[in-house]
Amino acid sequence: MNPFSSRPLAEIPDGGTTGVVMPHEAAWEHVTGQALYTDDLPYRSANVLHAWPLQVFAAHAHIDSIDTSKAEAMPGVVRVLTALDVPGLNDYGDIGDEILFPNEVLYHGQPVAWVLAESLEEARLATDAIAIAYTELPSIITAQEAIAAGQFQGPRATLQRGDADAALANAPHRISGGIDIQGQEHFYLETQASFATVDESGQVFIQSSTQAPSHTQEVAARVLGISSSQVTVQCLRMGGGFGGKETNANAFASVAAMGAVLTGRPVSLRLNRTQDLTMTGKRGGFHATWEAGLDDDGHILSYKAVLTADGGFSVDLSPAVVSRALCHVDNAYYLPNVHVIGQIARTNKTSNTAFRGFGAPSGMIVTEDLLGQAATKLGLGEEEIRRRNFYAPGQSTPYEQVVSQAERMVDIWDKLKKSSDYDARLLDVAAFNTAHQHVKRGLAITPVKFGVSFNKPFLNQAGALVLVYRDGSVLINHGGTEMGQGLHTKMLQVAATALGLPLRRVRLAPTRTDKVPNTSATSASTGSDLNGGAVKNACELILDRLAPVAAGMLGVHANDVRITRGVVNGLGTEKCTTWEELIETAYFQRVSLSATGYYRTEGLYFDSSTYKGNAFKYYARGAAVAEVEVDGYTGAYTTRQVDLLHDVGSSLSPLIDLGQVEGAFIQGVGWLTQEDLRWDTSDGPNRGKLLTQAASTYKLPSFSELPQVFNVDLYVHGETTDDGGSVYGSKAVGEPPLMLSIAVREALRAAAAAFGEPGHQVELPSPATPEAVYWALDKARRMVSDPALAAD
Amino acid sequence: MTEPVNQAETDVAATALTVNGNKMSVADVAPHTTTLQWLRGNGITGPKEGCAEGECGACAVMVSRPDGEGGTRWTSVNSCLVPAAMLAGQEIYTAEGLASADALHPVQQEMAMRGGSQCGYCTPGFVSSMAAEYYREDRVNCECGSGGCFSAPTTSDIISTARAVPSGNKLPWPLVLNDDAQRLEPWLPPRTERDAAAGADVVPATRYESTSPHEPEIGPNGFDLHALSGNLCRCTGYRPIRDAAFALGEVDPDDPIAQRRNQPAPASRPLRIETSGNTFVRPADLEETLSLLAGAPEAVLVAGSTDWGVELTIKHRRTPLTIAIDQLPELRQFHVAGDHIEIGAALTLSEVERLLGGSVPVLAQALPLFASRLIRNAATIGGNLGTGSPIGDMAPALLALDADLVLSSPRGDRTVALADYFTGYRTSIRAADELIRAVRIPTPVAPMGQFYKVAKRKFDDISSVAVAIAATVTDGTVQHIRIGVGGAAAMTLRALDTEAAVIGKPWTAETFEAAAEVMQTVGTPMSDHRASAEYRSATLAQSIRRFYSEAAS
Ligand SMILES: Cc1cc2nc3c(=O)[nH]c(=O)nc-3n(C[C@H](O)[C@H](O)[C@H](O)COP(=O)(O)OP(=O)(O)OC[C@H]3O[C@@H](n4cnc5c(N)ncnc54)[C@H](O)[C@@H]3O)c2cc1C
Ligand code: FES
Ligand code: FES
Repeated sequence: MNPFSSRPLAEIPDGGTTGVVMPHEAAWEHVTGQALYTDDLPYRSANVLHAWPLQVFAAHAHIDSIDTSKAEAMPGVVRVLTALDVPGLNDYGDIGDEILFPNEVLYHGQPVAWVLAESLEEARLATDAIAIAYTELPSIITAQEAIAAGQFQGPRATLQRGDADAALANAPHRISGGIDIQGQEHFYLETQASFATVDESGQVFIQSSTQAPSHTQEVAARVLGISSSQVTVQCLRMGGGFGGKETNANAFASVAAMGAVLTGRPVSLRLNRTQDLTMTGKRGGFHATWEAGLDDDGHILSYKAVLTADGGFSVDLSPAVVSRALCHVDNAYYLPNVHVIGQIARTNKTSNTAFRGFGAPSGMIVTEDLLGQAATKLGLGEEEIRRRNFYAPGQSTPYEQVVSQAERMVDIWDKLKKSSDYDARLLDVAAFNTAHQHVKRGLAITPVKFGVSFNKPFLNQAGALVLVYRDGSVLINHGGTEMGQGLHTKMLQVAATALGLPLRRVRLAPTRTDKVPNTSATSASTGSDLNGGAVKNACELILDRLAPVAAGMLGVHANDVRITRGVVNGLGTEKCTTWEELIETAYFQRVSLSATGYYRTEGLYFDSSTYKGNAFKYYARGAAVAEVEVDGYTGAYTTRQVDLLHDVGSSLSPLIDLGQVEGAFIQGVGWLTQEDLRWDTSDGPNRGKLLTQAASTYKLPSFSELPQVFNVDLYVHGETTDDGGSVYGSKAVGEPPLMLSIAVREALRAAAAAFGEPGHQVELPSPATPEAVYWALDKARRMVSDPALAAD
Repeated sequence: MTEPVNQAETDVAATALTVNGNKMSVADVAPHTTTLQWLRGNGITGPKEGCAEGECGACAVMVSRPDGEGGTRWTSVNSCLVPAAMLAGQEIYTAEGLASADALHPVQQEMAMRGGSQCGYCTPGFVSSMAAEYYREDRVNCECGSGGCFSAPTTSDIISTARAVPSGNKLPWPLVLNDDAQRLEPWLPPRTERDAAAGADVVPATRYESTSPHEPEIGPNGFDLHALSGNLCRCTGYRPIRDAAFALGEVDPDDPIAQRRNQPAPASRPLRIETSGNTFVRPADLEETLSLLAGAPEAVLVAGSTDWGVELTIKHRRTPLTIAIDQLPELRQFHVAGDHIEIGAALTLSEVERLLGGSVPVLAQALPLFASRLIRNAATIGGNLGTGSPIGDMAPALLALDADLVLSSPRGDRTVALADYFTGYRTSIRAADELIRAVRIPTPVAPMGQFYKVAKRKFDDISSVAVAIAATVTDGTVQHIRIGVGGAAAMTLRALDTEAAVIGKPWTAETFEAAAEVMQTVGTPMSDHRASAEYRSATLAQSIRRFYSEAAS
């Protein structure tokens, strides 16, 4: 009998606390500086060793010799770790292409040895004393160089539907183009950190700032040559992840664990910012070329593209990134005939990895670029051409998944246009531009449709462990990690809702692999969908067992037991009891008060050879209107106003969701306008060096990038709960809003174009830095005075 | 020199550092240990290291500094840059010290309630910067009277269906271990009500709306957002932090941290700390400083430590002798004479900003664009010239103002024109035993003054190029013009050819168009990760056109 666990996923019981506005569950700890992060732990422990890497500053080199004897004799040095010390497998990747202590350096700054010393200063000084000899080898730095050299890695994927060539040949209008989309550094404020200890029986305990504790555990166990059961990984919380701690943490956790095992002492490994920037993978750049055919009304008839992801030196997560890019070139648009190739370049750079959006943003940019150009060419409004291409209900994606809730895109679009006063402001902007010579404004609107689920179906599972104690208090554990996205806050709300308790009865424990095993990384925006499903399930399994106990106490059938805010009622009876009494009674009746919950997303399959399948449980959607003002003297710009409307289904926690929408948007704006990863691509001695390897040269958005007027709205769908989504009708929110930022890029394009004649088409590089915008507007401006220029 | 008092006694008092009201000691701290490292090493882990180079503000702490009027100004600084020894004798607060046992500090309260923290890593730093601005004595409510002044949405605007927000500093949400059930109730709109709200066409629970501000960076409570320009957050997108800042009320007069402002800031005491071969000295006066320097030319003078701190943490430079000059009274003078203004080299840029007000237009424009408030609270004007960076912002501004430098050495003072001071990339005519004592700006200053800074980011970025222009126009003719340029060569320079193209010419678009063409070729700009050489040249030229068009209107 399962009166509770048979409740539908989306149904919110009476009195549920999902949807309640509450601050982050750790906000108190955050604002008082009490919240602990991995790197705060060594200061609370004794006898700690500190690790410092020996980085080799060559893009590609063969190591001839490493002599650590001098370093080992330096003051404070306890041990120098090299390849010879690895007890197990000298590799932290899953397919053997990521050597922990390599003898071939594959990117500028790759660590080849680590010094463990009593202090960080001593460890650092000792690395200088390591004698290393290496021979430099030819290197490939950019994706274009890799394409020219045919240097690829991982699978090559093709997404295909209909006959793109024939449709292109027959299309009334054909356009083509290409774009280089730069990558992005995660710049989580907390750099990579691990703290490892070994207990008396040789059990290894790694505290790591990792989004994927189970994966970190597996990798560390492999490196140590022991079983997973001998390694426990805990993540208290992260100071930001954004995908940068999905696999990046594994190598550092493994080194710390090795150090702890080999010395018997606690080892702290924390990268400083420069090390983090030069040693960890980022959002990879994409090089794209495309061709499209359109009809007179602006409908896309044919879409052809080749997307080359810059994978860096190893495969890492790039195949999944490319897969997500291919599955999002359509964004919100119906593409009847499609042929898109996705491939991964191998370059001598850090290995690129997950980053909020995971390839989808790059895929979408290509299409938005295409539509931006098509609008000018066909003389259509940018808003109009987008709207015309939206999916109609019943249409399917190029990978042949029917697009659920397709009508929502139109609804969101129209509502946003209305609330942002788009049409009137378009006229205002035109009037402003006529009246001003040295500053111009641009207004743009763009949509987002984002598929939610891991592209690899097997990852879409999660576990939870819920413990009810005799005093009625509840402790929940789940497999997801907290990186600021508010997952733990939401899980508290889910547990309280599922159990029918006030929030204060529920507490949450840090994520640990010895509580919930074999978890998927907290990524792909699936954290609350998957873990929420598992927490709900565990809570309901306990209630299933409590129902007969309560039924006996109240004299009703077990199916008729209701628990709301800690009060236990029965249908058709005045009798009631409290949660605490129920728990005490159940304990004496010897009923188990803990349960592991499990959740798998139903209905998913995907064939990665044909690129067809039901890849996603549902789609999250949103739209953005952005208005910018560009200074003709420098290309500098300000964002005057942004209006966002985003669908999170029935929000689990509105303040948290609002924060995710806004934060992702600004992060996307940073990627598209400001954050500038530059490598030395010359043939000089620093070839392959990351030039923007500090906060002083890699500029994140600051207060000055906050739009002056910023209206953000969560879409109200009008249904009690949204069964098109996930747990309690909610939808994932971590990644999708990042792509709302494309509106700012399109607004900049419009503003730059306004310096030229009407219909002037602007090509804007990414990121659209002030300098890039300056050259775009300068070209437009010069064509006015010198029409001959328009020819080139 | 001051009378050498009982050495042992002096040292105990001089090496005390009061953190969150608790006396600690820096007696054994190495001169290259930053305050952040020292705090964290002592278990005060609220301040975080996000960059260790003054860029992110995660390390920010509040320090008691003289307010120039006999009281104390709570001043936020980057603890990652300043050596702990330099703060000896001072009082500092970190986020840990602001909350009382049962209540959050108003700043913390606003940050927490409004979603001002997500991952929380930047939060203690934001709290410190925000608290310093909260306590700024001249922070007063905006009096624009338009009513259209930036209105920080209240929490209840954001959460329009939530009922009354509990007032006071008590935590409004449940601490799960606390059994006070009532606290949660106000946060629990019944679901039916929310559904009704959703169905009816009213503002949904999460509508966030902000109205157009007349001055987007100043709150109705007088809070100046620039106070947070040196704090980065990667998670929130800043809006909730802005709202928190703009929602802060007036300071409670009984607040002990507020009351502390009425007492003088801790006096600086001479100090000498020796650890494993390295020495830190805070000399008593200029004379002692100069004799120390004469005996050890390789010693490092440290003022605000915003450059030296980066040398320590990023380049790992170490030195046997560190000499703190930030508190030297002879370097902290400010006076307005008949024909010049003298600014002591060890005055911080924030102090200079306040002391000058708007009296020197070029500087009034340049200073707010210089780094962030956190940096300006520590960085000195002498230090900016002392490092001699070709992309420093003070040198072009001061060149346009025809400034002189007063250099002191055991041989006495000499005054040199800034225009003659730099000799090449980070080199100058300053002798090894000399330091910059003061900067002199001749008065009256030219009535027209502009400072243009081209950078990737508006707040807190290093200039790709910087152009300072001061001019006097009489009867439609340009009588006088000075153009200082940074970022165009290995050192800051004056655009003499461009000046020549304008002087004595009529104030017309043609004059400046011709001058812009000359400016296009100034210096030998280079291409780097900040900007291409072409962009540098183009924006140099544009600055001349812009000067004409902006000054004309
Ligand atoms: C995040 C950040 C942002 C920045 N942004 C800017 C910016 O926008 N524009 C800009 O111009 N700079 C910027 N800087 C650079 C820096 O702030 C300045 O150079 C600063 O003015 C140095 O002053 P200080 O007092 O901190 O010098 P310190 O670090 O104490 O000293 C710097 C050097 O100058 C010497 N020195 C100091 N005082 C004297 C003196 N009186 N006489 C002789 N030598 C002396 C010291 O020996 C040392 O070598 C930035 C720095 C950081 C960390
Ligand atoms: S740690 Fe980033 S400013 Fe100090
Ligand atoms: S909350 Fe994560 S960096 Fe600000």
